Amino acid sequence: MPKVTVDGAEIEVPAGATVLQACEAAGKEIPRFCYHERLSIAGNCRMCLVEVKPGPPKPQASCALPATDGQEIRTDSEMVKKAREGVMEFLLINHPLDCPICDQGGECDLQDQSVAYGRGASRYDENKRAVTEKYMGPLIKTVMTRCIHCTRCVRFSEEIAGVDEIGALYRGENMQITTYLERAAQHELSANVIDLCPVGALTSRPYAFEARPWELKKTLSIDVSDAVGSNVRVDSRGREVLRILPRVNDDVNEEWLSDKARYQVDGLTRRRLDKVWIRNKAGKLESANWSEAFSIIAKAKPGSSIAAIAGDLVDCETMFAAKQLVNALGSDLLEGRQTGLDYDVSNLAAVNFNSTFAGIETADVILIVGSQVRWEAPLVNVRLRKAVKNGAKVFVIGPEWETTYPATFLGNDLGILNDLPADLVSSFEKAERPAIVLGGAGLAKGALAPLIGLANKFRLARDGWNGFNVLHMAASRMGGLMLGYKQSAGIKDIIAAHPKVLLALGADEVDFSAFEGSLKVYIGHHGDNGAHAADIILPAAAYTEKDGTYVNTEGRVQYAEKAIFAPGDAREDWTIIRALADTLGVSIGFDSFAELQATMIAEVPALGEEGLVDYGALPSGGGNASGVIEAYPIKDFYMTNPIARASETMQRCSAELLQAGQFAEAAE
Amino acid sequence: MADRYLEPDTPELRARWGAFAFSSTWEEKAKAAIGRYPEGRQKSAVMALLDYAQRQVGEETGTQGWLPIPVMEYVAEYLDMPIIRVVEVATFYMMYNLVPVGRFHVQVCGTTPCMLRGSDDIMSACMARGMRVGHTTDDGLWTLTEVECMGNCASAPMVQINDDNYEDLTAQRLDVVLDALAGGGQPKAGTQEPGRHTVEPLGGATTLKDMVTENHDYRGEW
Repeated sequence: MPKVTVDGAEIEVPAGATVLQACEAAGKEIPRFCYHERLSIAGNCRMCLVEVKPGPPKPQASCALPATDGQEIRTDSEMVKKAREGVMEFLLINHPLDCPICDQGGECDLQDQSVAYGRGASRYDENKRAVTEKYMGPLIKTVMTRCIHCTRCVRFSEEIAGVDEIGALYRGENMQITTYLERAAQHELSANVIDLCPVGALTSRPYAFEARPWELKKTLSIDVSDAVGSNVRVDSRGREVLRILPRVNDDVNEEWLSDKARYQVDGLTRRRLDKVWIRNKAGKLESANWSEAFSIIAKAKPGSSIAAIAGDLVDCETMFAAKQLVNALGSDLLEGRQTGLDYDVSNLAAVNFNSTFAGIETADVILIVGSQVRWEAPLVNVRLRKAVKNGAKVFVIGPEWETTYPATFLGNDLGILNDLPADLVSSFEKAERPAIVLGGAGLAKGALAPLIGLANKFRLARDGWNGFNVLHMAASRMGGLMLGYKQSAGIKDIIAAHPKVLLALGADEVDFSAFEGSLKVYIGHHGDNGAHAADIILPAAAYTEKDGTYVNTEGRVQYAEKAIFAPGDAREDWTIIRALADTLGVSIGFDSFAELQATMIAEVPALGEEGLVDYGALPSGGGNASGVIEAYPIKDFYMTNPIARASETMQRCSAELLQAGQFAEAAE
Repeated sequence: MADRYLEPDTPELRARWGAFAFSSTWEEKAKAAIGRYPEGRQKSAVMALLDYAQRQVGEETGTQGWLPIPVMEYVAEYLDMPIIRVVEVATFYMMYNLVPVGRFHVQVCGTTPCMLRGSDDIMSACMARGMRVGHTTDDGLWTLTEVECMGNCASAPMVQINDDNYEDLTAQRLDVVLDALAGGGQPKAGTQEPGRHTVEPLGGATTLKDMVTENHDYRGEW
């Protein structure tokens, strides 16, 4: 542990730390552009210059200089001040004075640092360099004249995303950042380069010229587009959410966010249900008011013949409120697995991502069964890539997909689980931290029990390590299972019960044709599949419009806050269910959101505590696996939920990136 | 530095170069280049392979050669590396031509020592023959590029034409060289100064004279 002196204060830093990290540990701010904690060190912006003794009598780039014992570092000397001013002056030589028309304005590293560390005025009166625009796809807007060549975007796509598609062409002042032949960046994390770009060269295309950062209200929330539960910040103005940005949480999303989570936001204003609709005798939906809708439901006299199906995006509170209502009426028909999965959920440890996302990075052998991780959870794929970079071996059972790391595909046939190939067995036996990741396609084929058997055989759960993981795709899944949205035969139980009234809580992936005789009440926010099939539509709030608790696929309880109000007549889901309880003449035990939460926590105490839920030990399992995984459940990454399907940006991504449609603007 | 740009990726370009593959001669050299690096590091041979590819293109077109996009893609696939990394290398180094060049690629050095020794005259002499910087003449014979220092400062000014340097030039001497090349001859490469062989001092040594005949030890004379 080297001891260094920073501006006269002696501190001890971890071995392997850089001078920049040492300065930060001492509480000194070091300006930087190219350095980023999660990327490799480039050392090409020169903004982090400091004075270091012993060493050459000149400023040194602190980001690339290892801290060694006895170093005397100065960040406040005249030399450092002049060096920073000089670097800043050179950076600004070719940087246009675009700030008034630049979307980065107000949150621009270059702007902030030139105020803090630059000279007051410019001495440069030559012509500036200009660079042609580069097309990088429907999400990334480029103004390459503003680029300061930090190469963060190049390093991100190579190191984190694992897709080499951005590069720096030409040299010196002619250097240009571009994708190959200006093709669109094609991976699920492409928009993270927008956050990484320290200037306004890469900005958000859908958000272009929408708002200034200081006009926005920032609300802390949780993403629902997949089961990762990425921590996000919702930026809203007035009644509209304008953008979603990732928050740093090293346990969940580090500081990345998938493109879908970031850009489905424009779907929140389109195809919204903002009034009550009732289907008339001719089969057409007619707008109505709340009391008409409630009286129809009351007239149906469901009694105990009522069921609730939870959608993929709903929060625990909504599910709990509906559960209270259904239970109060004497029914127990609750299910969340919309597409008909019926895996065994008697022990939730068996359907949890037990190793945690941060933990899977340290695994040394990983067997993926029936999961297209890149689409089902892009941020988990980033973790798997890290594990592989640390030396892990990855085996995949299921149809081939483009991994961002070397992986061995073992074919589609699950039968291979009964007789594992020798190299997999020997790797598993030798591994210190072996892991299995089971995805939706594997769950559908009944691979859960045989895999638990394998997990027990290879002792995947051992001291300080549990390598058995199930990767869900729905943000509501773990919360729903904890709240009892589980039938032993899945949704088939509910179909068999022929409920008089079916509450669809934002359930859009259900095959409603099986509920021919039921009064289908859709409580949700988007005019999607659920609303098309419903008899009564009660407009509710989307995830940005209500407080809520979410449990991600690791069993991590997280709270989201309400950013804006729901549009039109739409109400928060729990208030609708509370009013419905009055109509049906039952008491469900709460009158306010706080009471609702308190009741829920009293019933499921784990939901009251932020963080990982302890589901206990893995159950025993076994049996033979059979079946062939023909396809993965997600057919189109950009179209997996009603919000994304309503989003123009996501439609455009789907058409341009996946279906390779032609867009006029590409030729712009 | 001359403006560099990639030749646009057109269907015609694909049609002409899409089927590019190393001929057996170049393939052999490519294999040897890859063999110089440890297993799994075959990407390190990218610069050699790009050069070989450019030379093969040169042979096929009767010019110095250049790198069409399909050829770069071929090299990327040959080395199993991302195409963007290959393009980064090809665009970085001036020795890779990104657009078609003529039979003779005349690269005139315009950096300070050459400029002081008259590279402007050399440039004018080229211009007088109809060459323009960054362009190929209509007869396909000459491409003119202004380049930075080529390391021949002791025999400035110089031009590099394809693989050969011509040094100690004047406008007249350059004309002789270019006429010879145009006529199909192969003028002597290197210095064009009569009586000079390489970059030895003109008119004999002016310093370290005792070293001319023997390995003289100057230390005692300090």
